[in-house]
Amino acid sequence: MDVEVNGEDREFADGTTLAGLLEQLGTAQRGVAVAVDGTVVTRSEWQDVVLADGAKVEILIAVQGG
Amino acid sequence: MTSEDPLVIGGQKLDSRLVIGTGGASNLAVLERALVGSGTELTTVAMRRADLEGGSGVLDLLRRLGIGLLPNTAGCRSAAEAVLTARLAREALETDWIKLEVHADDRTLLPEPFETLDAAEQLAADGFTVLAYTNDDPVLALRLEEAGCAAVMPLGAPIGTGLGIRNPHNIELITARAGVPIVLDAGIGTASDAALAMELGCDAVLLSTAVTRAEDPERMAAAMRNAVEAGRLARLAGRIPQRFWAQASSPPR
Repeated sequence: MDVEVNGEDREFADGTTLAGLLEQLGTAQRGVAVAVDGTVVTRSEWQDVVLADGAKVEILIAVQGG
Repeated sequence: MTSEDPLVIGGQKLDSRLVIGTGGASNLAVLERALVGSGTELTTVAMRRADLEGGSGVLDLLRRLGIGLLPNTAGCRSAAEAVLTARLAREALETDWIKLEVHADDRTLLPEPFETLDAAEQLAADGFTVLAYTNDDPVLALRLEEAGCAAVMPLGAPIGTGLGIRNPHNIELITARAGVPIVLDAGIGTASDAALAMELGCDAVLLSTAVTRAEDPERMAAAMRNAVEAGRLARLAGRIPQRFWAQASSPPR
């Protein structure tokens, strides 16, 4: 299935969870926040969210900024 | 400033009345020296897509220095975007403090007043401690306070211009009626601008590029720290009224 990650289309196996996607991408565990289809998914729910084909995932971190 | 005169935002005490933005520093070593020199206890960070360059080394630095995090919503153009970004920041950084900024356009980076007010209402209702970046509009400042903002942050001049405080009377009108802390945000160019902000009754000053892009950021950070303290003391001391004609300070002969 295709999932859009930070604006880029990526291929993942059907049934991939959000936690699985983050692990495959090597995303850091701390200082990260994730939204799926415009809704924030809290860390404790990452294991439980199964991504659908065409889902839009945004992964954000803190950077320098005013 | 001393702990005898703390700044209180959202129930939290801060001994420093200088908030530093981390944007614009050429590298983390320069930023670290500037932050330490400024004496700040609260600094802003931005939220960005994880694949972009720039990394989150800044978080490790701020945690090591024990400086509080104030995530911002910079780059957002609508209330909806700002609310989502704030919720992501809360999740990523485990703080409900948010510097709300919604920019109207890239050329001026001026705050979009309607979207800012809309977002402020939503975020305050959602339990955030909202510090709202706004125009130097005394009416809008009151509306943001009524919306539940913990602090209102009027600009002195557009972001990054270093033009100082273009309308001191408006800033004074804002501070005269405020029931929450007023933080002068944006436009500061040099130390005298920061001192003026405090003399006009602001409770704190937020600045980034005036320090991070100065020729010597560490030295400018120290200048800003002293300016904010001097301006605060002058405000508390009560300045003399301005007079048109001279008035001798020596006794008459």
